[in-house]
Order: sequence, then structure tokens, then C-alpha cells
Amino acid sequence: MTSATYTRYELLRTVRERRLMFFGFGFPLVLYFIIAVPNRHMRDFAGSGVTAPLYYMVSLASFGTMMSMVSLGGRIAGEREAGWTRQLRITPLSPRAYLRAKVMTGYTMAAVSLGLLYAAGIALGVSLSAGEWVRTTLLIAVALLPFAALGIGLGHLLTVDSVGPAIGGTVSLLALVSGTWFPITSGFLHDFGQLLPSYWLVQAGRVSIDGHPWGVMGWAVVLGWTVVLVAFAGWAYMRDTGRV
Amino acid sequence: MTGDVQAIRLEGLVKSWRGPSGPVRAVRGIDVTISRGETVALLGPNGAGKSTTIDMILGLARPDAGHVSVFGLAPSEAVKAGLVGGMLQTGALIRGLSVHELVSMVASLYPDPLDIGEVLELAGLEDAAEQRTEKLSGGQTQRARFAVAVVSNPDLLILDEPTVAMDVEGRRAFWVAMRGFASRGKTVMFATHYLDEADTNADRAVLMAHGRVVADGPTTEIKGRVGTRTIRATLPDVAIDELAAIAGVNSAERHGDAVILVCADSDQAIREVLTRYPAARDIEITGAGLEDAFVRLTGEPDDELSAVGAEASSAR
Repeated sequence: MTSATYTRYELLRTVRERRLMFFGFGFPLVLYFIIAVPNRHMRDFAGSGVTAPLYYMVSLASFGTMMSMVSLGGRIAGEREAGWTRQLRITPLSPRAYLRAKVMTGYTMAAVSLGLLYAAGIALGVSLSAGEWVRTTLLIAVALLPFAALGIGLGHLLTVDSVGPAIGGTVSLLALVSGTWFPITSGFLHDFGQLLPSYWLVQAGRVSIDGHPWGVMGWAVVLGWTVVLVAFAGWAYMRDTGRV
Repeated sequence: MTGDVQAIRLEGLVKSWRGPSGPVRAVRGIDVTISRGETVALLGPNGAGKSTTIDMILGLARPDAGHVSVFGLAPSEAVKAGLVGGMLQTGALIRGLSVHELVSMVASLYPDPLDIGEVLELAGLEDAAEQRTEKLSGGQTQRARFAVAVVSNPDLLILDEPTVAMDVEGRRAFWVAMRGFASRGKTVMFATHYLDEADTNADRAVLMAHGRVVADGPTTEIKGRVGTRTIRATLPDVAIDELAAIAGVNSAERHGDAVILVCADSDQAIREVLTRYPAARDIEITGAGLEDAFVRLTGEPDDELSAVGAEASSAR
């Protein structure tokens, strides 16, 4: 596969972005310690049935991974501005391989973010069975698909100046209404949140905790949004590159 | 691929863009054929249609009408086969990689790339190989972009105004690199509005204005076509009208004792001048340079462009 080397360099230059490293990985981690440490002895956090360190480990893992994925858009917008996307189009790199490299970069970043949060959780006494760790991780991976597409779409649609606020705003808002910061168990926000893929991303982390699987609703929302956002990303990519 | 296939063949190419005030007819029907191994300058002022033409050759834009083939293939096929390298007009480099890493990254996309060390040497970047792309000077950045364009060892290299915003020294180094690559038997096309660059670095020039080709040929021939070789001489006491009437002279001016004769045929004119006015001294005959040819060919109003060529040929 010719794009393996390409993907490797793509990753290399991503991890060299110090600001990205700091805000992308450091920020959720710092937030986690700020929020979870004072509450670390809370056995039943805000009626959620789980400890505060576990609750927030899952929350910030969702937030961090979602941010990792959508941040793809920021780097893509930067590459477009530099003319790099056009330069790549006059190489044999296929659009498929280009997009695959982007998605893999996003997943790698998300995996690092996830690993750090897991480690932080364990440090604060979170304890899950091997099956629970695996199940949580896999569901998070699936729930990140629509966000990879969202990031790629925004990156090909927006300018480098507008993509930052767009990403920050979107992720913050989604995190808020999806129960990242405090449990939302009823009411309009709960009903509305259930229609968002971010809600199920947060729930993916909680599946292992309270034993409620995604169910039909969860899979339908996540896969539905994946289809919609992949179409959006495809449209934005075509529009940007003028491919017909 | 057989040897007789042309490197580039453009037939009846037309392309309009949607502009803020209606459609912009960027390219209005051009026919150009470029053989293997030629180094061709695509000359023209801003807005002549050079970049649009290049975008179509590279498969970045689709012609509204007409046909493009590159080594007998559709542009996208030629790009996919790794036959074409391009350096686009706008562009910076992506950050976070050293020059060596960046060139390696691009090389990995091709079946049979050049050795990275060889490319860096060709581009004059050996000393900057380990530097991060964001730390390069303007000239080094352009040469790194050149390295990216040639690392695939393409048969056709296309450069869109590669020396824009470079200083004199940077330009010189850049053209040394380009000629080094061209001398490997490669076909090179570069767009420029620096006429001296075309004159020095190309075998042939294709002049574009208002989306059309207004002249195409060896640079010397193009100069001849518009009849601009200049005779300067010190020649007091001769009526300027008399000089202007000499066969081969287009126009004459006097500056004190000196006269300047702009000639369609300077060989014929100088013989006549010396026969009639043996007192003439300090004689200089200079090729007016592509600049004048360029101004005369492209400075005309749009509708008279085709007439200019006819006038120029009949003037000879």
C-alpha cells in the first residue's frame, strides 16, 4: 500500500504540533483532574449510579476523542490554505487514500487521548473488567465515525480563520447537550440529545458502567449520522477540489 | 508509450470561470502542441489565461470545450501514472516536517521516484535537508516545492510562475535547478511574466493574452515577428523623416545628436544607413528583447489581437 508511508508522515507532523498536543491531549486531562479529584470519593455521582472519577473519565474521554476527530478539519483547512491539497491532487494519491490517511490520523489522535484518560482514571481508582474496557473502547471507536466525517467536511468547507471557532463551538455545544458535564436524565435536552451522535458517544463510555446497551436507537442514530456526515464530507471535498 | 506521442496537445481549449460580475472567459480557444524534450515558456500578463491553461493540463480544471492530452493520455491518467510533476502558482509547504521528510513523503506516492539525496542536490537544498519547512527562506521554500514537483522523476514538469516573490539570487539558483532537470531530456513548461526568464531559459515561447495564443515560436522568431531590433547611432544633421523612410525602418526618433531607429529588418536598414550616411558613428544594434515584442503583442485591444499578427507578418 503506497499510502502507508504517507500516513506515517502525516502522523509524524501531527504529533509535532505542540499546541495541538497541549490543547488536544492536555486540556481534557487537566479538566479531568480538576473536576474528578475533589469528588473522587463520591460513590454515586449525581444519581448516575457510578463514582465521580468513572463518570468524568468517560465524559472527558468522549470529549477528548470527539475533539481529536473534529480537529482534523483545522489541519485540513490549513493545508488547503497552503495549497497543499491541490498539490496532492497532482500526485497519484487517490481521494480514497487521502481520506483514509486523514481518518487514520484522527483515530490515532483519539486513541492517544483515550489512553491518557484511561490511565488518569485508573490513577484515581477507576476499575473495570477487561471486557468492559474493550466494549467501551470499541463502541467509542464506532461512535467517532460521524465525527471524523464532520471534521473532514468542515475542513474542506471553511477557511482557516473560521474553522477554529466552528470546531470549538460545535464540540462544546454537542458535549453540553449530550450529558458530558452533568447527567441529563429527563426533559427536552435528554430527548433532543438522544438524536445526536455525541450523546451515544458519551453513552458508549457508559454502556459498560450501567449495563444499558446502545440498543436500536443508539445504533440507528450513530449510523444515520455517519451516512449523513459522510455525504456532507464528500460534498465538501468535491466542492472544494472541483472533482466531478 | 511510443516515442512520437506529443508531450502536450491542446486543441480548441475553452474555459470560463464564474466571476463576481458574470462569467470570466479565461481561455478562449487555444491550440498548442509541445514535443517531448522541449522547454517552453508560457508568457503573458496576469489574467492572460496561463494558470487556467496549466490547471487544465494538470487535470485540476475541466475544459468547457476542446481537448487536452498529455503523452496521449487524459490529464488525470497521466498524473496517476506519475508522468507529470507540477509546481502550482500559489502554495506554501505543510508544516511539521523537515525538507528531507517532506520530499520522502511525496516520493512514497510514486512507483519509481528519484533518490531523495539526488533531488535535494538538484534543487540545491543539501544544506537545508534537515530543516523544518516552516524555517526556510522564500527561495528555499520555492526550491523545496520544486523538489516536491520533480521527486517522481516526471517526464513532464510544469511550473506556474515559480520565481514570483524571489530575489535575484534566488531566481538564479532556481533556474539552475530547472535547467539541470530539463537537461535530462525532460519536457518542461513554465509560466512567467518575467520576459528575461523566458528568453534565458526556454527554447520556445507561447505568448498568451486575453485567453488566446498571440504568438508561438522560438523566442528569436517572436522578436522578429514584431520587428523590433533597434539601431542607435550618432548622426547629427539628418532629417528624421529621411531616416524613417529607409526600407526596414519602422520608426525613427532623435535625441540630440543620437538617433534611434526601430527596425523590422535591421540588416537591410543598417546597410542603407551606412551607404547614405558614412558619417554615422557609435552604432549599436540591439535586439529589443522580448519585453517589446510582448508589449506590442499583448498591449493591443482585445479585438485587434488577430490583426496584430497579420500586420506584423506583412510589415516584413
